[in-house]
Amino acid sequence: MPRKLRVVIAKPGLDGHDRGAKVLARAFRDAGYEVIYTGCHQTPEMIAAVAIQEDVDLVALSCLSGAHRYLFPQVTKLLKDEGADDIVVMGGGIIPEQDHAALYEAGIAAIFGPGTPLDTITGWIDENVQPRE
Amino acid sequence: MADLGERILAGDIRAASRLIRNLEDGMPDTDLVMKEIFLRTGNSHVIGITGAPGAGKSTLTDELIAAFRKKDRSVGVMAVDPSSPFTGGAILGDRIRMMRHAEDKRVFVRSMASRGNMGGLSKAVGESIHVMDVLGQEVIIVETCGVGQQEVDIINHAHTVIVVLVPGMGDEVQALKAGLMEIADIFVINKADRDGAGKLYKEVLSVIEMSAKDRGENGGWTIPVLMVESVLEPHKFAESVAILGEKIEEHYRYLVDNQLIEERMRNKTAAELNEALWASIMQPVLQDLSAEGEFEDMVDLLMKRQIDPYTLAKEVATRYMKRRVLTVEGPSADQSK
Repeated sequence: MPRKLRVVIAKPGLDGHDRGAKVLARAFRDAGYEVIYTGCHQTPEMIAAVAIQEDVDLVALSCLSGAHRYLFPQVTKLLKDEGADDIVVMGGGIIPEQDHAALYEAGIAAIFGPGTPLDTITGWIDENVQPRE
Repeated sequence: MADLGERILAGDIRAASRLIRNLEDGMPDTDLVMKEIFLRTGNSHVIGITGAPGAGKSTLTDELIAAFRKKDRSVGVMAVDPSSPFTGGAILGDRIRMMRHAEDKRVFVRSMASRGNMGGLSKAVGESIHVMDVLGQEVIIVETCGVGQQEVDIINHAHTVIVVLVPGMGDEVQALKAGLMEIADIFVINKADRDGAGKLYKEVLSVIEMSAKDRGENGGWTIPVLMVESVLEPHKFAESVAILGEKIEEHYRYLVDNQLIEERMRNKTAAELNEALWASIMQPVLQDLSAEGEFEDMVDLLMKRQIDPYTLAKEVATRYMKRRVLTVEGPSADQSK
């Protein structure tokens, strides 16, 4: 029996718009993943703790507030501190092109903006994220 | 995987969540770790919370975590949600209600998908309880999937079962029915500020009275019915749930004082032995039959009505079970070794 992919979808920071995150949760469910949805207004510390307690393979962050340059790298840093940097972190939301390089640099594995077809995202995951052995 | 056991005993959450994952995924060799920890289990108070979808189980669980943390007790939570029968995927959303405890090191919340298991739980729940137990969680709350009338597996795993009801789900005959209504050690009538709560309260009370009479019990455990309301008024809600917390502890003391805790454990332990037997007998046999394509061949024979499933099963049994001599009727008996 193959392992199930487990994903946390989280919204760090102060933005309360989670329609996108919910649509993604549904798309991930339909792709056969187990999705832990944590709701809005999360701190990076909460997200890292959840990722570890839930033994996920992937953390999908959504941020529409503009604070991604602090929040996303903070999540990868905290995971690294816990020795959990084998968990892949991807991001989405309103992320201006000029911020991408810094985020990739900080360990964000992929960034998807508004209008990305859902199967582009699940396709990327299927190709790049395996359940951790 | 070998060092997982030691790491868990040392309180490593990452190791514990990994082992739980391995149990869920049915990885081979989990029994090697479980073997290591089993003898040290049996210290936690396991609380089951069950009820219909949307009854408020997660919100109650969240407040119960807070109540137990106030008493400085460490808490483990397993929250089960359903898997899709089509894709196998799942949205595990119970945790949303419990995020305020995310950074509390002495609270370990694990979401689980049912993965097609009937009964309101995931198959991995029983063993995962042991994992949380040796990790040092003094209280373990198991929140079932939203259940109907007969998903009652929680009774095999919990010392104290809380059935959460909400008003407006049917007449008093529903309350009389077998199944869910029989398994409560404590009833919670949630959203009790809604219409019909008083009526539901009376119905549940009369069900309890009847069953107490049936058993002729005096001085035993009287099943409390707690009304919980006003989730929108946090202080009131917390107060009601604190009372629930007291009742839960009272029930645990009752079990201990009356030597009933062993009895509850006994059912659970027997179920575990059953599962282990199934895993080491049925599973390999089924794997064997499937690998050789024999299973499908047998299904073909059955479809053509050339043989019946009972004879086939006995044939397989005689082939695999050396010690037990089975009588197989019909000419096929001689084919088995």
